[in-house]
Amino acid sequence: MSWISNTFSSSIGRKIVMAVTGLFLCSFLVVHLVGNLQLFKNDGGLAFNAYSEFMSHNTIIRIMEIGLVLGFGFHIYEGLLLATKNKAARGSKYVSDHIEQNSPWHSRNMAVLGSIVLFFLVVHLYNFFGTLRFGTPLVDAQGNENAYALVVDAFHNIFYVVLYVLAQFALLYHLLHGFQSAFQTLGLNHRKYTPVIKLVGVVFSIVVCAGFAAMPIYFYFFK
Amino acid sequence: MAGSNPNAKPMNLTLKVWRQKNRNTEGKIVDYQVKDISPEMSFLEMLDVLNEDLLRKGDEPVAFDHDCREGICGSCNLFINGRAHGPETGTTTCQLHMRKFSDGDTIVIEPWRANAFPVNRDLSVDRSAFDRIIQAGGYVSVNTGGTPDGNEIPIPKEIADRAFEAATCIGCGACVASCKNASAMLFVSAKVSQLALLPQGHVERKTRVENMVAQMDKEGFGACTNIGSCAAECPVGISLENIAILNREFLAAKATSNNLV
Repeated sequence: MSWISNTFSSSIGRKIVMAVTGLFLCSFLVVHLVGNLQLFKNDGGLAFNAYSEFMSHNTIIRIMEIGLVLGFGFHIYEGLLLATKNKAARGSKYVSDHIEQNSPWHSRNMAVLGSIVLFFLVVHLYNFFGTLRFGTPLVDAQGNENAYALVVDAFHNIFYVVLYVLAQFALLYHLLHGFQSAFQTLGLNHRKYTPVIKLVGVVFSIVVCAGFAAMPIYFYFFK
Repeated sequence: MAGSNPNAKPMNLTLKVWRQKNRNTEGKIVDYQVKDISPEMSFLEMLDVLNEDLLRKGDEPVAFDHDCREGICGSCNLFINGRAHGPETGTTTCQLHMRKFSDGDTIVIEPWRANAFPVNRDLSVDRSAFDRIIQAGGYVSVNTGGTPDGNEIPIPKEIADRAFEAATCIGCGACVASCKNASAMLFVSAKVSQLALLPQGHVERKTRVENMVAQMDKEGFGACTNIGSCAAECPVGISLENIAILNREFLAAKATSNNLV
Protein backbone atom coordinates (compact mmCIF):
# COMPACT_ATOMS: atom_id res chain seq x y z
CA MET A 1 0.00 0.00 0.00
CA SER A 2 3.04 2.28 -0.07
CA TRP A 3 1.89 3.63 -3.45
CA ILE A 4 -0.94 5.48 -1.69
CA SER A 5 1.30 7.26 0.80
CA ASN A 6 3.91 7.88 -1.92
CA THR A 7 1.24 9.45 -4.13
CA PHE A 8 -0.05 11.79 -1.46
CA SER A 9 3.38 12.74 -0.14
CA SER A 10 4.65 13.70 -3.60
CA SER A 11 4.63 17.37 -4.58
CA ILE A 12 1.74 16.90 -7.02
CA GLY A 13 -0.15 14.62 -4.59
CA ARG A 14 -0.04 17.27 -1.87
CA LYS A 15 -1.25 19.88 -4.35
CA ILE A 16 -4.13 17.61 -5.30
CA VAL A 17 -5.11 17.35 -1.62
CA MET A 18 -5.00 21.17 -1.43
CA ALA A 19 -7.19 21.48 -4.54
CA VAL A 20 -9.80 18.89 -3.52
CA THR A 21 -10.12 20.15 0.06
CA GLY A 22 -10.11 23.75 -1.19
CA LEU A 23 -13.03 23.14 -3.55
CA PHE A 24 -14.84 21.20 -0.82
CA LEU A 25 -14.40 24.19 1.52
CA CYS A 26 -15.78 26.42 -1.27
CA SER A 27 -18.93 24.28 -1.27
CA PHE A 28 -19.11 24.76 2.51
CA LEU A 29 -18.91 28.54 2.02
CA VAL A 30 -21.96 28.40 -0.26
CA VAL A 31 -24.01 26.41 2.28
CA HIS A 32 -22.86 28.64 5.15
CA LEU A 33 -23.67 31.84 3.23
CA VAL A 34 -27.08 30.72 1.97
CA GLY A 35 -28.13 29.55 5.46
CA ASN A 36 -26.90 32.74 7.08
CA LEU A 37 -28.87 34.91 4.66
CA GLN A 38 -31.74 34.24 7.06
CA LEU A 39 -30.05 36.73 9.39
CA PHE A 40 -31.44 39.44 7.11
CA LYS A 41 -35.04 38.22 7.63
CA ASN A 42 -36.96 40.71 9.73
CA ASP A 43 -38.42 38.25 12.27
CA GLY A 44 -36.19 38.83 15.27
CA GLY A 45 -34.11 35.80 14.32
CA LEU A 46 -36.76 33.06 14.61
CA ALA A 47 -36.05 31.53 11.17
CA PHE A 48 -32.29 31.76 11.70
CA ASN A 49 -32.54 30.12 15.13
CA ALA A 50 -34.67 27.28 13.75
CA TYR A 51 -32.08 26.73 10.99
CA SER A 52 -29.25 26.89 13.52
CA GLU A 53 -31.04 24.36 15.74
CA PHE A 54 -31.43 22.00 12.77
CA MET A 55 -27.78 22.37 11.72
CA SER A 56 -26.48 21.63 15.21
CA HIS A 57 -28.73 18.67 16.06
CA ASN A 58 -29.48 16.82 12.81
CA THR A 59 -27.56 13.52 12.71
CA ILE A 60 -26.67 13.70 9.00
CA ILE A 61 -25.37 17.25 9.40
CA ARG A 62 -23.33 16.20 12.45
CA ILE A 63 -21.72 13.38 10.44
CA MET A 64 -20.97 15.79 7.58
CA GLU A 65 -19.43 18.10 10.17
CA ILE A 66 -16.68 15.51 10.70
CA GLY A 67 -15.92 15.73 6.97
CA LEU A 68 -15.76 19.49 7.26
CA VAL A 69 -13.29 19.32 10.14
CA LEU A 70 -11.14 16.90 8.13
CA GLY A 71 -11.39 19.19 5.08
CA PHE A 72 -10.17 22.16 7.09
CA GLY A 73 -7.53 20.05 8.85
CA PHE A 74 -5.96 18.65 5.67
CA HIS A 75 -6.14 22.00 3.86
CA ILE A 76 -4.40 23.82 6.73
CA TYR A 77 -1.83 21.08 7.41
CA GLU A 78 -0.85 20.54 3.76
CA GLY A 79 -0.91 24.29 3.11
CA LEU A 80 1.51 25.09 5.91
CA LEU A 81 3.71 22.10 5.03
CA LEU A 82 3.90 23.06 1.34
CA ALA A 83 4.59 26.71 2.19
CA THR A 84 7.49 25.63 4.43
CA LYS A 85 8.92 23.17 1.89
CA ASN A 86 8.56 25.65 -0.97
CA LYS A 87 10.35 28.37 0.97
CA ALA A 88 13.18 25.94 1.72
CA ALA A 89 13.42 24.92 -1.97
CA ARG A 90 14.35 28.48 -2.95
CA GLY A 91 17.25 28.53 -0.45
CA SER A 92 19.01 31.88 -0.53
CA LYS A 93 17.15 35.02 -1.59
CA TYR A 94 17.85 37.16 -4.62
CA VAL A 95 19.54 40.47 -3.90
CA SER A 96 17.24 42.02 -6.49
CA ASP A 97 13.91 40.29 -7.10
CA HIS A 98 11.14 41.73 -9.27
CA ILE A 99 8.73 38.82 -9.15
CA GLU A 100 5.90 41.38 -8.92
CA GLN A 101 6.44 41.98 -12.64
CA ASN A 102 5.37 38.46 -13.57
CA SER A 103 2.75 37.30 -11.04
CA PRO A 104 0.01 38.89 -8.89
CA TRP A 105 0.70 39.55 -5.20
CA HIS A 106 -2.17 37.48 -3.83
CA SER A 107 -1.15 34.37 -5.79
CA ARG A 108 2.26 34.50 -4.09
CA ASN A 109 0.86 35.04 -0.60
CA MET A 110 -1.73 32.30 -0.25
CA ALA A 111 -0.14 31.11 3.01
CA VAL A 112 -0.31 34.62 4.51
CA LEU A 113 -3.91 35.10 3.38
CA GLY A 114 -4.81 31.61 4.56
CA SER A 115 -3.24 32.26 7.96
CA ILE A 116 -5.34 35.42 8.36
CA VAL A 117 -8.45 33.38 7.49
CA LEU A 118 -7.34 30.72 9.99
CA PHE A 119 -6.98 33.32 12.75
CA PHE A 120 -10.43 34.61 11.87
CA LEU A 121 -11.79 31.05 11.93
CA VAL A 122 -10.57 30.53 15.50
CA VAL A 123 -12.17 33.80 16.66
CA HIS A 124 -15.34 32.98 14.70
CA LEU A 125 -15.66 29.54 16.28
CA TYR A 126 -15.13 31.08 19.72
CA ASN A 127 -17.82 33.73 19.03
CA PHE A 128 -20.62 31.41 17.93
CA PHE A 129 -19.86 27.72 17.72
CA GLY A 130 -18.24 27.61 21.17
CA THR A 131 -21.20 29.15 22.98
CA LEU A 132 -23.82 27.17 21.03
CA ARG A 133 -22.13 23.82 21.40
CA PHE A 134 -20.47 24.09 24.79
CA GLY A 135 -22.07 27.07 26.55
CA THR A 136 -25.60 27.78 27.74
CA PRO A 137 -27.20 29.99 25.10
CA LEU A 138 -30.47 31.84 25.61
CA VAL A 139 -33.68 30.42 24.17
CA ASP A 140 -36.01 32.27 21.78
CA ALA A 141 -39.84 32.48 21.59
CA GLN A 142 -40.03 29.13 19.76
CA GLY A 143 -37.79 27.37 22.26
CA ASN A 144 -34.75 27.23 19.94
CA GLU A 145 -31.29 28.24 21.09
CA ASN A 146 -31.03 31.95 20.37
CA ALA A 147 -28.05 32.05 18.00
CA TYR A 148 -29.42 35.28 16.58
CA ALA A 149 -28.89 37.04 19.93
CA LEU A 150 -25.22 35.98 19.86
CA VAL A 151 -24.86 37.47 16.37
CA VAL A 152 -26.46 40.77 17.41
CA ASP A 153 -24.24 40.88 20.46
CA ALA A 154 -20.97 40.14 18.62
CA PHE A 155 -21.70 42.51 15.76
CA HIS A 156 -22.24 45.45 18.06
CA ASN A 157 -18.60 45.12 19.05
CA ILE A 158 -16.60 47.29 16.62
CA PHE A 159 -13.51 45.11 17.12
CA TYR A 160 -15.32 42.03 15.81
CA VAL A 161 -16.96 43.98 12.97
CA VAL A 162 -13.59 45.24 11.73
CA LEU A 163 -11.95 41.83 12.13
CA TYR A 164 -14.76 40.04 10.28
CA VAL A 165 -14.74 42.49 7.37
CA LEU A 166 -10.93 42.42 7.06
CA ALA A 167 -10.99 38.62 7.17
CA GLN A 168 -13.40 38.64 4.22
CA PHE A 169 -10.87 40.67 2.22
CA ALA A 170 -8.22 38.05 3.01
CA LEU A 171 -10.67 35.31 2.02
CA LEU A 172 -11.54 37.21 -1.18
CA TYR A 173 -7.94 37.29 -2.37
CA HIS A 174 -7.36 33.71 -1.18
CA LEU A 175 -10.32 32.58 -3.30
CA LEU A 176 -9.44 34.76 -6.31
CA HIS A 177 -6.30 32.67 -6.74
CA GLY A 178 -7.42 29.45 -5.06
CA PHE A 179 -10.62 28.74 -6.97
CA GLN A 180 -9.13 28.69 -10.48
CA SER A 181 -5.82 27.31 -9.18
CA ALA A 182 -7.62 24.20 -7.85
CA PHE A 183 -8.91 23.33 -11.32
CA GLN A 184 -5.44 23.80 -12.82
CA THR A 185 -3.95 21.49 -10.16
CA LEU A 186 -6.55 18.83 -10.93
CA GLY A 187 -5.47 19.00 -14.56
CA LEU A 188 -8.68 20.68 -15.68
CA ASN A 189 -7.21 23.19 -18.09
CA HIS A 190 -8.91 23.51 -21.44
CA ARG A 191 -9.02 26.42 -23.83
CA LYS A 192 -12.83 26.26 -23.86
CA TYR A 193 -13.47 25.91 -20.14
CA THR A 194 -10.56 27.62 -18.38
CA PRO A 195 -11.75 31.17 -19.23
CA VAL A 196 -15.20 30.20 -17.88
CA ILE A 197 -13.69 28.72 -14.69
CA LYS A 198 -11.65 31.88 -14.15
CA LEU A 199 -14.70 34.11 -14.59
CA VAL A 200 -16.84 31.94 -12.31
CA GLY A 201 -14.02 32.04 -9.75
CA VAL A 202 -13.96 35.84 -9.70
CA VAL A 203 -17.76 36.14 -9.44
CA PHE A 204 -17.90 33.40 -6.78
CA SER A 205 -15.17 35.03 -4.67
CA ILE A 206 -16.76 38.49 -4.78
CA VAL A 207 -20.32 37.30 -4.13
CA VAL A 208 -19.38 35.01 -1.23
CA CYS A 209 -17.08 37.49 0.51
CA ALA A 210 -19.39 40.47 -0.03
CA GLY A 211 -22.28 38.40 1.34
CA PHE A 212 -20.38 37.49 4.51
CA ALA A 213 -18.98 41.00 4.96
CA ALA A 214 -22.49 42.46 4.67
CA MET A 215 -23.60 40.66 7.87
CA PRO A 216 -21.44 42.42 10.49
CA ILE A 217 -21.91 45.76 8.68
CA TYR A 218 -25.70 45.31 8.59
CA PHE A 219 -25.96 44.43 12.28
CA TYR A 220 -23.57 47.14 13.45
CA PHE A 221 -25.36 49.94 11.62
CA PHE A 222 -28.97 48.81 11.31
CA LYS A 223 -29.82 46.37 14.12
CA MET B 1 30.83 47.28 -38.65
CA ALA B 2 28.27 46.32 -41.31
CA GLY B 3 24.70 47.20 -40.38
CA SER B 4 25.78 49.13 -37.32
CA ASN B 5 23.82 52.16 -36.22
CA PRO B 6 26.03 55.30 -36.32
CA ASN B 7 23.68 57.02 -33.84
CA ALA B 8 24.12 54.34 -31.19
CA LYS B 9 25.97 56.09 -28.35
CA PRO B 10 28.28 53.99 -26.18
CA MET B 11 27.16 53.56 -22.57
CA ASN B 12 28.87 53.52 -19.20
CA LEU B 13 27.30 51.15 -16.69
CA THR B 14 27.64 50.07 -13.08
CA LEU B 15 27.43 46.30 -12.64
CA LYS B 16 26.61 44.64 -9.33
CA VAL B 17 27.81 41.09 -9.92
CA TRP B 18 27.45 38.05 -7.65
CA ARG B 19 30.92 36.66 -6.95
CA GLN B 20 31.28 33.28 -5.26
CA LYS B 21 34.42 31.10 -5.25
CA ASN B 22 32.67 27.73 -5.15
CA ARG B 23 29.58 26.05 -3.78
CA ASN B 24 31.01 25.79 -0.27
CA THR B 25 31.81 29.46 0.22
CA GLU B 26 29.56 32.46 0.79
CA GLY B 27 29.12 34.78 -2.13
CA LYS B 28 28.67 38.54 -2.28
CA ILE B 29 27.81 41.34 -4.67
CA VAL B 30 30.85 43.17 -6.11
CA ASP B 31 30.56 46.48 -8.00
CA TYR B 32 32.26 46.99 -11.37
CA GLN B 33 32.25 49.84 -13.89
CA VAL B 34 32.15 49.07 -17.62
CA LYS B 35 32.80 51.79 -20.17
CA ASP B 36 32.02 52.36 -23.86
CA ILE B 37 29.45 49.58 -24.15
CA SER B 38 27.77 49.63 -27.56
CA PRO B 39 23.96 49.38 -27.41
CA GLU B 40 24.27 46.77 -30.14
CA MET B 41 26.22 44.35 -27.96
CA SER B 42 24.43 41.37 -26.47
CA PHE B 43 24.41 41.12 -22.70
CA LEU B 44 27.01 38.37 -22.82
CA GLU B 45 29.30 40.46 -25.05
CA MET B 46 29.07 43.20 -22.43
CA LEU B 47 30.19 40.64 -19.82
CA ASP B 48 33.04 39.65 -22.18
CA VAL B 49 34.17 43.31 -22.10
CA LEU B 50 34.07 43.23 -18.29
CA ASN B 51 36.10 40.01 -18.20
CA GLU B 52 38.73 41.37 -20.59
CA ASP B 53 39.06 44.39 -18.28
CA LEU B 54 39.41 42.11 -15.26
CA LEU B 55 42.02 39.94 -17.00
CA ARG B 56 44.03 43.01 -17.98
CA LYS B 57 44.04 44.09 -14.33
CA GLY B 58 45.07 40.61 -13.25
CA ASP B 59 41.71 39.87 -11.56
CA GLU B 60 39.68 36.69 -11.85
CA PRO B 61 37.12 36.95 -14.66
CA VAL B 62 33.45 36.43 -13.81
CA ALA B 63 32.32 32.85 -14.51
CA PHE B 64 29.07 32.56 -16.43
CA ASP B 65 27.58 29.83 -18.62
CA HIS B 66 27.11 30.32 -22.35
CA ASP B 67 27.37 28.24 -25.46
CA CYS B 68 25.48 28.86 -28.70
CA ARG B 69 24.78 32.57 -28.13
CA GLU B 70 21.84 32.33 -30.51
CA GLY B 71 19.06 31.57 -28.04
CA ILE B 72 18.68 27.83 -28.52
CA CYS B 73 21.03 26.01 -26.15
CA GLY B 74 19.66 27.24 -22.81
CA SER B 75 23.11 27.63 -21.24
CA CYS B 76 23.12 31.35 -20.51
CA ASN B 77 21.17 31.64 -17.31
CA LEU B 78 21.49 35.00 -15.58
CA PHE B 79 19.10 36.69 -13.18
CA ILE B 80 19.30 40.33 -14.30
CA ASN B 81 17.74 43.19 -12.32
CA GLY B 82 15.40 40.79 -10.51
CA ARG B 83 14.19 38.90 -13.59
CA ALA B 84 15.27 35.62 -15.21
CA HIS B 85 17.08 36.47 -18.49
CA GLY B 86 16.56 40.17 -17.77
CA PRO B 87 13.79 42.68 -18.40
CA GLU B 88 12.75 41.49 -21.85
CA THR B 89 10.22 38.64 -22.07
CA GLY B 90 10.49 35.72 -24.47
CA THR B 91 14.25 35.88 -24.73
CA THR B 92 17.41 34.29 -23.39
CA THR B 93 20.25 36.30 -21.86
CA CYS B 94 22.36 36.01 -25.02
CA GLN B 95 19.53 37.50 -27.08
CA LEU B 96 19.09 40.39 -24.66
CA HIS B 97 20.79 43.46 -26.11
CA MET B 98 22.32 46.42 -24.36
CA ARG B 99 19.94 48.77 -26.19
CA LYS B 100 17.41 47.68 -23.54
CA PHE B 101 19.53 49.59 -21.00
CA SER B 102 20.49 53.26 -20.73
CA ASP B 103 23.76 55.08 -20.11
CA GLY B 104 24.44 55.32 -16.37
CA ASP B 105 22.24 52.32 -15.42
CA THR B 106 23.08 50.03 -12.54
CA ILE B 107 22.53 46.37 -13.40
CA VAL B 108 22.32 43.62 -10.75
CA ILE B 109 23.48 40.24 -12.09
CA GLU B 110 22.90 37.08 -10.02
CA PRO B 111 22.93 33.33 -10.60
CA TRP B 112 19.71 31.23 -10.57
CA ARG B 113 18.81 30.61 -6.92
CA ALA B 114 17.39 27.21 -6.01
CA ASN B 115 18.61 24.53 -3.63
CA ALA B 116 18.50 22.08 -6.52
CA PHE B 117 20.80 24.37 -8.59
CA PRO B 118 23.92 24.89 -6.43
CA VAL B 119 26.27 27.65 -7.53
CA ASN B 120 29.44 26.29 -9.16
CA ARG B 121 31.18 29.64 -9.27
CA ASP B 122 30.02 33.26 -9.59
CA LEU B 123 27.07 33.19 -12.02
CA SER B 124 27.43 29.57 -13.11
CA VAL B 125 25.05 27.06 -11.51
CA ASP B 126 24.91 23.27 -11.61
CA ARG B 127 21.74 22.31 -13.50
CA SER B 128 22.47 18.59 -13.65
CA ALA B 129 19.28 18.02 -11.64
CA PHE B 130 17.45 18.64 -14.94
CA ASP B 131 19.57 15.98 -16.64
CA ARG B 132 18.72 13.44 -13.93
CA ILE B 133 14.99 14.21 -14.32
CA ILE B 134 15.22 13.60 -18.08
CA GLN B 135 17.21 10.42 -17.45
CA ALA B 136 14.38 9.23 -15.18
CA GLY B 137 11.96 9.05 -18.10
CA GLY B 138 12.06 12.00 -20.47
CA TYR B 139 12.71 9.88 -23.54
CA VAL B 140 11.15 7.29 -25.83
CA SER B 141 12.80 3.88 -25.99
CA VAL B 142 13.14 2.71 -29.58
CA ASN B 143 13.82 -0.91 -30.45
CA THR B 144 15.94 -0.41 -33.51
CA GLY B 145 14.82 -2.02 -36.74
CA GLY B 146 14.14 -0.86 -40.24
CA THR B 147 13.46 2.81 -40.82
CA PRO B 148 9.67 3.27 -40.68
CA ASP B 149 7.91 4.86 -43.63
CA GLY B 150 7.06 8.53 -43.34
CA ASN B 151 3.51 9.15 -42.05
CA GLU B 152 3.19 5.52 -40.99
CA ILE B 153 1.85 6.77 -37.64
CA PRO B 154 -0.82 9.36 -38.39
CA ILE B 155 -0.60 12.37 -36.03
CA PRO B 156 -3.07 15.24 -36.54
CA LYS B 157 -1.39 18.57 -37.30
CA GLU B 158 -2.91 20.22 -34.22
CA ILE B 159 -1.49 17.55 -31.90
CA ALA B 160 1.88 17.63 -33.65
CA ASP B 161 1.97 21.41 -33.19
CA ARG B 162 1.12 21.22 -29.49
CA ALA B 163 3.75 18.53 -28.93
CA PHE B 164 6.26 20.65 -30.81
CA GLU B 165 5.44 23.72 -28.71
CA ALA B 166 6.18 21.69 -25.56
CA ALA B 167 9.33 20.28 -27.19
CA THR B 168 10.77 23.77 -27.69
CA CYS B 169 11.83 23.85 -24.00
CA ILE B 170 15.57 24.51 -23.97
CA GLY B 171 16.03 23.49 -20.33
CA CYS B 172 17.52 26.83 -19.31
CA GLY B 173 15.93 26.73 -15.83
CA ALA B 174 14.35 30.21 -15.96
CA CYS B 175 11.12 28.60 -14.69
CA VAL B 176 12.87 27.35 -11.55
CA ALA B 177 14.77 30.63 -11.12
CA SER B 178 11.68 32.82 -11.32
CA CYS B 179 9.33 30.58 -9.32
CA LYS B 180 9.08 31.65 -5.69
CA ASN B 181 8.96 27.92 -4.83
CA ALA B 182 11.88 27.00 -7.11
CA SER B 183 9.53 24.52 -8.71
CA ALA B 184 10.61 22.63 -11.81
CA MET B 185 7.10 21.70 -12.88
CA LEU B 186 7.05 23.77 -16.08
CA PHE B 187 10.22 22.04 -17.24
CA VAL B 188 9.00 18.56 -16.29
CA SER B 189 5.53 19.20 -17.71
CA ALA B 190 6.93 20.30 -21.08
CA LYS B 191 8.64 16.95 -21.58
CA VAL B 192 5.80 14.89 -20.09
CA SER B 193 3.11 16.52 -22.20
CA GLN B 194 5.21 16.50 -25.37
CA LEU B 195 5.57 12.72 -25.13
CA ALA B 196 2.04 12.13 -23.78
CA LEU B 197 0.58 13.90 -26.82
CA LEU B 198 2.40 11.67 -29.30
CA PRO B 199 1.66 7.98 -29.94
CA GLN B 200 5.38 7.12 -29.69
CA GLY B 201 5.32 8.27 -26.09
CA HIS B 202 2.34 6.16 -25.03
CA VAL B 203 4.25 2.92 -24.38
CA GLU B 204 6.14 4.39 -21.41
CA ARG B 205 3.51 6.98 -20.54
CA LYS B 206 2.75 5.92 -16.95
CA THR B 207 6.25 5.00 -15.78
CA ARG B 208 7.61 8.17 -17.37
CA VAL B 209 5.47 10.59 -15.37
CA GLU B 210 5.81 8.59 -12.14
CA ASN B 211 9.60 8.41 -12.39
CA MET B 212 10.15 11.98 -13.56
CA VAL B 213 7.99 13.44 -10.76
CA ALA B 214 9.72 11.23 -8.19
CA GLN B 215 13.13 12.43 -9.40
CA MET B 216 11.93 16.05 -9.45
CA ASP B 217 10.87 15.76 -5.79
CA LYS B 218 14.11 13.97 -4.87
CA GLU B 219 16.19 16.80 -6.33
CA GLY B 220 14.53 19.22 -3.90
CA PHE B 221 12.47 21.39 -6.25
CA GLY B 222 9.38 23.02 -4.74
CA ALA B 223 5.72 22.35 -5.54
CA CYS B 224 3.74 24.44 -8.04
CA THR B 225 1.32 27.04 -6.66
CA ASN B 226 0.10 28.17 -10.09
CA ILE B 227 1.38 31.73 -9.75
CA GLY B 228 2.49 31.73 -13.39
CA SER B 229 5.91 33.42 -13.01
CA CYS B 230 7.55 30.50 -14.85
CA ALA B 231 5.47 30.79 -18.01
CA ALA B 232 5.81 34.59 -17.93
CA GLU B 233 9.62 34.33 -17.87
CA CYS B 234 10.04 31.28 -20.15
CA PRO B 235 12.16 32.38 -23.13
CA VAL B 236 10.35 30.00 -25.48
CA GLY B 237 6.82 30.50 -24.12
CA ILE B 238 6.03 27.07 -22.62
CA SER B 239 2.45 27.48 -21.35
CA LEU B 240 0.90 26.65 -17.97
CA GLU B 241 -1.47 24.26 -19.75
CA ASN B 242 1.43 21.80 -19.75
CA ILE B 243 1.46 21.75 -15.93
CA ALA B 244 -2.24 20.83 -15.96
CA ILE B 245 -1.40 18.01 -18.39
CA LEU B 246 1.43 16.88 -16.07
CA ASN B 247 -0.97 16.86 -13.10
CA ARG B 248 -3.56 14.72 -14.84
CA GLU B 249 -0.94 12.42 -16.35
CA PHE B 250 0.43 11.92 -12.82
CA LEU B 251 -3.01 11.33 -11.30
CA ALA B 252 -4.01 8.91 -14.06
CA ALA B 253 -0.71 7.03 -13.83
CA LYS B 254 -0.87 6.73 -10.03
CA ALA B 255 -4.47 5.50 -10.23
CA THR B 256 -3.96 2.92 -12.99
CA SER B 257 -0.30 1.83 -13.21
CA ASN B 258 0.85 -1.55 -11.91
CA ASN B 259 3.58 0.16 -9.89
CA LEU B 260 3.02 -0.65 -6.19
CA VAL B 261 5.60 1.77 -4.79
